[in-house]
Amino acid sequence: MKPSPFSPGVEAGRLDDGAYAENFSDLHPAFDPHEALVAADRCYFCHDAPCVTACPTEIDIPLFIRQIATGTPDAAAKTILTQNIMGGMCARVCPTETLCEEACVRELAEGKPVKIGQLQRYATDHLQEQGIHPFSRADATGKSVAVVGAGPAGLSCAHRLAMLGHDVTVYDARPKPGGLNEYGIAAYKTPENFAQAEVDWLLKIGGITLEHGKALGLDMTLEQLKGDFDAVFLGMGLGGVNALAVEGGDKDGVLNAVDFIADLRQASDMGALPVGRDVVVIGGGMTAVDAAVQSKLLGALNVTLAYRRGRDRMNASVFEQDLAASKGVRIMTHVVPRALHGNGAVREIEFEYVNDDMTGTGETVRIPADQVLRAIGQTLDGDALPDLDGGKIAVTGAGRTSMDGVWAGGDCAAGGDDLTVTAVAEGRDAAMDIHASLMG
Amino acid sequence: MANLQSDFVGIKSPNPFWLASAPPTDKEYNVRRAFEAGWGGVVWKTLGSEGPPVVNVNGPRYGAIYGADRRLLGLNNIELITDRDLYTNLEEIKRVKADYPDRAVIVSIMVPCEEEAWKAILPLVEDTGADGIELNFGCPHGMSERGMGSAVGQVPEYIEMVTRWCKHYYSKPVIVKLTPNITDIRKPAAAAKAGGADAVSLINTINSITSVNLDTMSPEPSIDGKGSHGGYCGPAVKPIAMSMVSEIARNPETHGLPISGIGGITTWRDAAEFITLGCGNVQVCTAAMTYGFKVVQEMISGLSDWMDEKGHASIDDFKGAAVPNVTDWQYLNLNYVAKAKINQDLCISCGRCFAACEDTSHQAISMSETRVFEVIDEECVACNLCVNVCPVENCITMEAMEPGQTDPRTGKVVEPDYANWTTHPNNPAATAAE
Ligand SMILES: Cc1cc2nc3c(=O)[nH]c(=O)nc-3n(C[C@H](O)[C@H](O)[C@H](O)COP(=O)(O)OP(=O)(O)OC[C@H]3O[C@@H](n4cnc5c(N)ncnc54)[C@H](O)[C@@H]3O)c2cc1C
Ligand SMILES: Cc1cc2nc3c(=O)[nH]c(=O)nc-3n(C[C@H](O)[C@H](O)[C@H](O)COP(=O)(O)O)c2cc1C
Ligand code: SF4
Ligand code: SF4
Ligand code: SF4
Repeated sequence: MKPSPFSPGVEAGRLDDGAYAENFSDLHPAFDPHEALVAADRCYFCHDAPCVTACPTEIDIPLFIRQIATGTPDAAAKTILTQNIMGGMCARVCPTETLCEEACVRELAEGKPVKIGQLQRYATDHLQEQGIHPFSRADATGKSVAVVGAGPAGLSCAHRLAMLGHDVTVYDARPKPGGLNEYGIAAYKTPENFAQAEVDWLLKIGGITLEHGKALGLDMTLEQLKGDFDAVFLGMGLGGVNALAVEGGDKDGVLNAVDFIADLRQASDMGALPVGRDVVVIGGGMTAVDAAVQSKLLGALNVTLAYRRGRDRMNASVFEQDLAASKGVRIMTHVVPRALHGNGAVREIEFEYVNDDMTGTGETVRIPADQVLRAIGQTLDGDALPDLDGGKIAVTGAGRTSMDGVWAGGDCAAGGDDLTVTAVAEGRDAAMDIHASLMG
Repeated sequence: MANLQSDFVGIKSPNPFWLASAPPTDKEYNVRRAFEAGWGGVVWKTLGSEGPPVVNVNGPRYGAIYGADRRLLGLNNIELITDRDLYTNLEEIKRVKADYPDRAVIVSIMVPCEEEAWKAILPLVEDTGADGIELNFGCPHGMSERGMGSAVGQVPEYIEMVTRWCKHYYSKPVIVKLTPNITDIRKPAAAAKAGGADAVSLINTINSITSVNLDTMSPEPSIDGKGSHGGYCGPAVKPIAMSMVSEIARNPETHGLPISGIGGITTWRDAAEFITLGCGNVQVCTAAMTYGFKVVQEMISGLSDWMDEKGHASIDDFKGAAVPNVTDWQYLNLNYVAKAKINQDLCISCGRCFAACEDTSHQAISMSETRVFEVIDEECVACNLCVNVCPVENCITMEAMEPGQTDPRTGKVVEPDYANWTTHPNNPAATAAE
């Protein structure tokens, strides 16, 4: 019998095919030209605009919106991409409600910001769908740079370096480029294989060689790279996952949320992905929300997001929390897992209620769980790296590490939020610094 | 409730809102709908002489200027007078007037500048029972090249002559509609008065090209790749119309001549403003063409509520109330000193006032690290630009300084007395004040 949302255990194909397509379609459908013009007309063209300050890549938002409003979306795209080469992805995945749109003066005025993210997508899609790459390389400098990691930080750095005339080799441990754009971001934020399309478009600059299945630490050492190249940029993100130190934490049905999501992102058929009837996600960040929402969209009957503190302390924005709630995810707060019960495979999870200061209350609760997803933070993997700061690579200025000739940016580097847009900004700024030091 | 009843040169209508002579009044069907919607009167679409009617272009007639969100701010047209048979129009006018005796029905006319032509049409119009006529001396395109419309309106002698014929061959009120495509609007108004006109109405449309198609290099609206100047109307022309109305209202030669105000009237407030500048009633075209006949309901309720609030029992109570305050620049009080003031509770920190003042005015607004914007009284000349560019209503206001206070910009004490340019020491032609 075909499984349904009510079937117990971990099962694939709980929904009809049509339901999967519907569930994983675009979260914010693209603007059509009319919607874009109406939205663009709301921008006040602020002086020294607060939205720009709030964008980690400092895109000139009033200018690009004015360019849309005056019928030149390709010029708008160039304004965006000059600051943020992954403006297309950022337009889809940025938590704009805590970045540019939160700072928009119309948020203050009316509680309804200008739809900056969607306008950004309108412009970048308009240009990229024509296959136009508006940048070209400067004269060759004869310098070469190694970039470790083909995520947003690495690709942003690589593009800027290539544009400035350097030759860039990008190494990535995974079989496909894009980093978490390809393996992490929620499927409904970047449908239709946008991540790969964007990478293909980005590489049109030329001068970038991608080396797949090449992991720093396995296939090469940092010392080798330093010897073979004039500079090295580390943008390998956070490959490790925090362990769930709890009784029964190794039972079947317990897995890392990032692995669950990576499988989901690589799946060509959502109906082939197994998901529990009762799913419990542990964590309070974007990864936790994405894992919870996508479990629900895969057909799980009951999905609980269990967070140890109050909602106000969750890393996931209010928008993300509301999105989870609207999809039917139950958010439990002030709970810490104490034990996983079940014979071989997990059947129940037991939490203790905790106070705001994390002290236990002695009160416990058990809820059904045939799948438990850990989303309690990622960690930096690897050794023989530059000095660390709080578990990440310590940097000063534009990504300079403790090692000469080695820069770092994105999630693996200390400081800044773990966001796509921050990774892009840090990669770009490191490239400018590398350029200055190579040409200096 | 305020009484909106209007009596314009003896023509009565339940409210002062008339539809101007234009497509909304081109036929019985439209006019009946307009009356059902509540319009006080109509000026029927301009009639021409007996015989084959004029023909219109068979392509686009209108061009437009937009504000944010494609809000229509200005419309231009290359339409001519009615392209329907004279007798059809006359029969319809007669029927409609008979069915709506309480509404004003005015017949707009444009025939060649020959006495015979007027002598021929006026009895036919008289026979319809309409309440009056309006002479279309304004249409700036198509008809003017044939010696009619604004070609007449631009020559005061012709206006006077034709008006006189009309007063001779027609027994009811004659309204002369003026073209704004002229240097000094007072001249044609005076000519109309001299010819015996009961009233003037203004403005007709303004010569204009609204846009050029950058692919085809044709002005819009484009007829097979070519365009022609059209007549401009809608919200954008209101300031021009009001200035012209006020000129006629305060010119001693024409003061007191009844005026029907036209040009960009879109809301009850626009209408009230025209009336304060001396208009006895108003006419509307573009607002109806943009939003349909229903807009009159807002005009009626808005004007009525405002009159109640101000204690005006009738239109006459405030008619012309602003005319004495329209003066020449040289008589403005140079001892009046104001300063811009920003209400920090309303400010949304967009910085537009700063950009405007810093880049293009007097560097009189400061911006802090935390985006607090404040007026620097030492620099502010009270130009009003910040008020005009601020997106939040009443966020920036102009506050008058009290006599006796010292203006931090000039270091001078604000004088209590009025003093203008005519006596100012910097004026070489100043006449010494006693
Ligand atoms: C589930 C999830 C959802 C998210 N959703 C959002 C979102 O909606 N919006 C948002 O702004 N941010 C989101 N983020 C965060 C965002 O994805 C990251 O901040 C961003 O991808 C960081 O970019 P990066 O280039 O530093 O690292 P990554 O994207 O992690 O890329 C690192 C790359 O390095 C490679 N690599 C790792 N180790 C090695 C090695 N030893 N040798 C060679 N290559 C290596 C990896 O294969 C990978 O391709 C999300 C993160 C997760 C996990
Ligand atoms: C399409 C169109 C046709 C017009 N035709 C006439 C006309 O036949 N006779 C006339 O006196 N005025 C005509 N006008 C001018 C209007 O009556 C009116 O004076 C002008 O549009 C200004 O008013 P508004 O801003 O309310 O539109 C026409 C205007 C438009 C838009
Ligand atoms: S990159 Fe992100 S934060 Fe910056 S403007 Fe675009 S959507 Fe907003
Ligand atoms: S803050 Fe809002 S209104 Fe101002 S420039 Fe930015 S998007 Fe436009
Ligand atoms: S223009 Fe108005 S809202 Fe904007 S900063 Fe100035 S005072 Fe504030």
